[in-house]
Amino acid sequence: MKENTLRLIGKPRRRVDGRAKVTGQTKFADDIMLPRMLHCKLLRSSVPHARIVRIDTSRALAHPGVHLVLTGKDFQVPYGILPVSQDEYPLQPEHVRFVGDPVAAVIARDELTAFEALDLIDVEYEPLRTFSTPEESLEHEQPRIHDYGDRGNIHKAVSLAFGDVDKAFAAADEVFEDTFFYQGNTHLPIEQHASVAAKDPDGKLVLWSSTQTPHYVHRAIARALQMRPAHIRVVAMPNGGGFGGKSDPFHHEIVVCKAALLLDRPVKICLTREEVFYCHRGRHPVLMQFKTGVKRDGTITGVHLKTLLDGGAYGSYGVASMFYTGALQTVTYHIPTYKFQGCRVFTNKPPCGPKRGHGTPQSRFGQEVQLDKIAEKLAIDPAELRLRIVEKPDTLTANYLQVTTTGLTECIRRIVAASDWKTRFRKLPHGRGLGLACSSYLSGAGLPIYFNDLPHSGVQLKLDRSGGVAAFCGATEIGQGSDDVLVGCVAEVLGIDPLDIRAVTGDTDLTPVDLGSYSSRVTLMMGNAAIQAAERARELLADAVSRKLEIPKGRLVFAERRVFDAEDPDKGVSFSEAVCLAEAAFGTIGTTGSYTPPKLGGRYKGGGVGPSPTYSYSAAVVEVEVDASTGWIHVPRVWIAHDIGRALNPTLVRGQVEGGVYMALGEALMEEQEFRRLPKRLSDALVHKFPSILEYKSPTTLEMPEVFTELIENPDPRGPFGAKEAGQGPLLPVMPAVANAVYDAVGVRIDEVPITPEKILKALEAKAAGKSPRYGPAKFADVPWPETLQVPPPWEGGDGKAINSPPKAAKEPARKSPATEAVQS
Amino acid sequence: MMRLPYFRYLAPRTVHEAADLLAASAGDAMLVAGGTDVLPNMKRRQQVPGTLVGLRQVAELKQMTNGDGLRIGAGMTLTEVVSRLKIPGPYAALRQAAVQVATPHIRNVGTLGGNLCLDTRCNYYDQNYEWRKAINFCMKKDGKTCWVATSSPKCLAVSSTDTAPALLALQATVTLVSAEKTRQIALADLYRNDGIHYLTRQPTEILTAIDVPRLGGWRSTYWKLRRRGSFDFPVLSVAAALKFAPDGSVEDARIVLGAVASRPLETPAASASLIGQRLTDEAIARASELAAVPARPMDNTDFTLAWRKRVARDFVTYALREVRGDDVSKLRLSVARQLV
Repeated sequence: MKENTLRLIGKPRRRVDGRAKVTGQTKFADDIMLPRMLHCKLLRSSVPHARIVRIDTSRALAHPGVHLVLTGKDFQVPYGILPVSQDEYPLQPEHVRFVGDPVAAVIARDELTAFEALDLIDVEYEPLRTFSTPEESLEHEQPRIHDYGDRGNIHKAVSLAFGDVDKAFAAADEVFEDTFFYQGNTHLPIEQHASVAAKDPDGKLVLWSSTQTPHYVHRAIARALQMRPAHIRVVAMPNGGGFGGKSDPFHHEIVVCKAALLLDRPVKICLTREEVFYCHRGRHPVLMQFKTGVKRDGTITGVHLKTLLDGGAYGSYGVASMFYTGALQTVTYHIPTYKFQGCRVFTNKPPCGPKRGHGTPQSRFGQEVQLDKIAEKLAIDPAELRLRIVEKPDTLTANYLQVTTTGLTECIRRIVAASDWKTRFRKLPHGRGLGLACSSYLSGAGLPIYFNDLPHSGVQLKLDRSGGVAAFCGATEIGQGSDDVLVGCVAEVLGIDPLDIRAVTGDTDLTPVDLGSYSSRVTLMMGNAAIQAAERARELLADAVSRKLEIPKGRLVFAERRVFDAEDPDKGVSFSEAVCLAEAAFGTIGTTGSYTPPKLGGRYKGGGVGPSPTYSYSAAVVEVEVDASTGWIHVPRVWIAHDIGRALNPTLVRGQVEGGVYMALGEALMEEQEFRRLPKRLSDALVHKFPSILEYKSPTTLEMPEVFTELIENPDPRGPFGAKEAGQGPLLPVMPAVANAVYDAVGVRIDEVPITPEKILKALEAKAAGKSPRYGPAKFADVPWPETLQVPPPWEGGDGKAINSPPKAAKEPARKSPATEAVQS
Repeated sequence: MMRLPYFRYLAPRTVHEAADLLAASAGDAMLVAGGTDVLPNMKRRQQVPGTLVGLRQVAELKQMTNGDGLRIGAGMTLTEVVSRLKIPGPYAALRQAAVQVATPHIRNVGTLGGNLCLDTRCNYYDQNYEWRKAINFCMKKDGKTCWVATSSPKCLAVSSTDTAPALLALQATVTLVSAEKTRQIALADLYRNDGIHYLTRQPTEILTAIDVPRLGGWRSTYWKLRRRGSFDFPVLSVAAALKFAPDGSVEDARIVLGAVASRPLETPAASASLIGQRLTDEAIARASELAAVPARPMDNTDFTLAWRKRVARDFVTYALREVRGDDVSKLRLSVARQLV
């Protein structure tokens, strides 16, 4: 067969699900209405940390219209997204850990009735000491929020050394030490989580849900309800935005499943916006310290990074999030010696987890702001400094991550040119400034969440005599355009129109497993699987057509819905005729394709977080205007370049890049998942400051600056048609670029996000008073680090294994139940 | 989803009929015009009236007349007010305030009367039922303590109406109609500095019309501080109306601050400092300092209170510079993200 030059891939196209979305025909989970359907509401803890003494549901059960009330007693088995953190129950049986933790469920004829009945459930709590900050959790080991984890309220702490950083600092001309804080923030998808569960006519369970990870939800339900997985079907409905917030199996999903099974009626739940803030799993607040040694020319000799993550009340993806804060520094810049110490603690707040960029934006912020300080001290232009230190292609980094291709150098050059950087940086009038920053991100996690050596993505094709093709894949459309990627890849290989293909996705009964829409993995993994399936189908069709037309297979072209002779294009058959010929020759035409990442990563403990088949790169310049009297900050323009490998559909890629810039500006300038304590003598309350889409400030279209996007295309051999990810990476450089631009504008460092007018003004006032012109954390916390695992980097003869024995965290004697430790007040 | 509680809905067609219905269901009824304030409050169970008396079909509330000054029906939507004030003349402050309320969707249903009677707002109060339960409620609804300042004997919820400061600066009066009587009062007398009893309007009264005097020789403006260029309530606002003598000196002045107390706050000292002066930079600076003095923002809105207090004088400066005739469009674009 002749390799087609690309016809569809790389050209801007309207996405396949665009029509349904703009005409309002896309069916989301909350759009599902079934006959005899009941409605569910969850009673959530009104106290931040307590033992449940007693729950009395009798008044609620007697309320007219109530069909069922469930409590923790109805669920025996815990679950959780990571095998190491199986710490959640659908309803808490004995221990509540934050305001919003579910304790009971009411299933009633309508939502209002269920809501009214919630107030009729009597819960008696015995309060426990509450922890609102990581520092408090480090200080007090008792009571424990969980009875697992490294010690006290430390969920997980690690210490990894790739070479000797002390030696590296000794060899440096300058050593910089900076502390930063990155505030937590949440995903804020427009669609609130919704789920409907029902028994199908065969008596098996079906769950329709707004989830990014139907496969993991499938497994969690089977575990939590102790059911045969083959009798559970999970259908991921199109998500009205996910951003990582719908990647965990959730309480409400399991509760409606249980209720539907018990009542044999469909049961629906649609969370309120407040409840979405309680589900959270968003950005971890991270306190961090970067110690970096550099030579006079900017070359890095070594980096020592410490991070402290406020995990909230449950594990979620937290162990992975913690490792991610230390994973990708080396993929961006060449760091010959690297030490990473990370610690995640539990607090009595909604659990943190993966949000767009998962664990990497926090330390990316610190590193990029520090590089700006380094550049100034060394009197090197910040763009030039980065050009000198970017990680090279085909490199195995100090922590054993494999860089294949990198377009970072080109990204930097493009934004420098586009923003007129060289004539404007440090030369704009006071109050106006430019800042620059870079980043890298995974194109799919190299390892699955639970250990297995199965493919990460599978695609199945069914070719119809009509010329239509059905493409089945477990991937989940969360608005990012995965259906379009699936259809685009298949259409390209088979030479047909995207509209000829039906995508059937995210359905555990109908589609082969894809691990889910997280870690920017779908385009690369599903794309490769789709290409393989389509190439296998093309092979069958080519065989049949070649025999029929007596043309050598190598000369056949698949294009324009035809299969024809490259040397005589008039000689050929239509695509549907080709399918019929193949079906006559081989029987029903169906093919599969699958993708398993190559073996990647070091073999040290923690080496599984960070490996990816390939990495994307981004660079951004942000322009700001700062009013020196009020600190008011305005962002008029952003230039961003993204190394996409190849843009499968540039319209979608630009959408992702610009969406990333938008979300990044929210994090940079205003978004905060903030909590509030009341005066201690009057109240033990610890509540989310304002779980509301109005008062949780996220930018609107009016705040959106002009964005100039450049796509750098340098096809990666591991990507489908050379493609890398676009969903997460472009968010990363924007926050530090804003901070660096503020410094250029008014000469103060804001070493934390969000960068608010208040903080800028405080820094300006400090500067005017002759103090350090800076706003940010004073020092890193006192963390009891475990023994450091020594992993020599590749250039010191390392093989990816630790050379000392795995450290054991200093474990204190196990206590029976954390919940029995009431606070003596 | 959060659901509305059950309630009875009455739909009178005249003010008279509405006033009678209100009187008849004494204590249990509330008025609803656009519903953009009361309906979300009901969903959060901040207000749970058994009866809503709807004003949507009362045609006499939807008229604007131009005679000696301006008479605006309280039932006009904010969008209608804005579009009727295309050439606002001395009433620029009203137009700028109305156009900056919330979002286009909300302005399309929310009314001017509703915005004047907007419930006071507070981070401890504008929360759903479960959240308020988690703090054991607050003084304004179901609780005893004001969590903003726990020793405060009165509720400190914030007046968050945009149009009230503007109309106060424009010396508006309002008409209140009940089954018994009709009275006209200065808009300033509609408000009390108390987060719970923030209106002097009786529960049986309907705010039917707003009258603004002719205001020959006056110029006015409205500046609003909020995190975002749309959607948000003010956390500080400045309405300024100044009358100029033919020689360019200030003959009369009204500077009113919004969102820094439980009522719109007039700043007589600042206003007085301008009388007889030309609007020089120095005069503006002096008036701005004086205007900021009575501002008492509390820690119950967006942004920190210290910062809101600190920038009050900047915002008064912006307003006075605009009234002077400076081109402040760049500043406006930076602060409001839009030209208003």
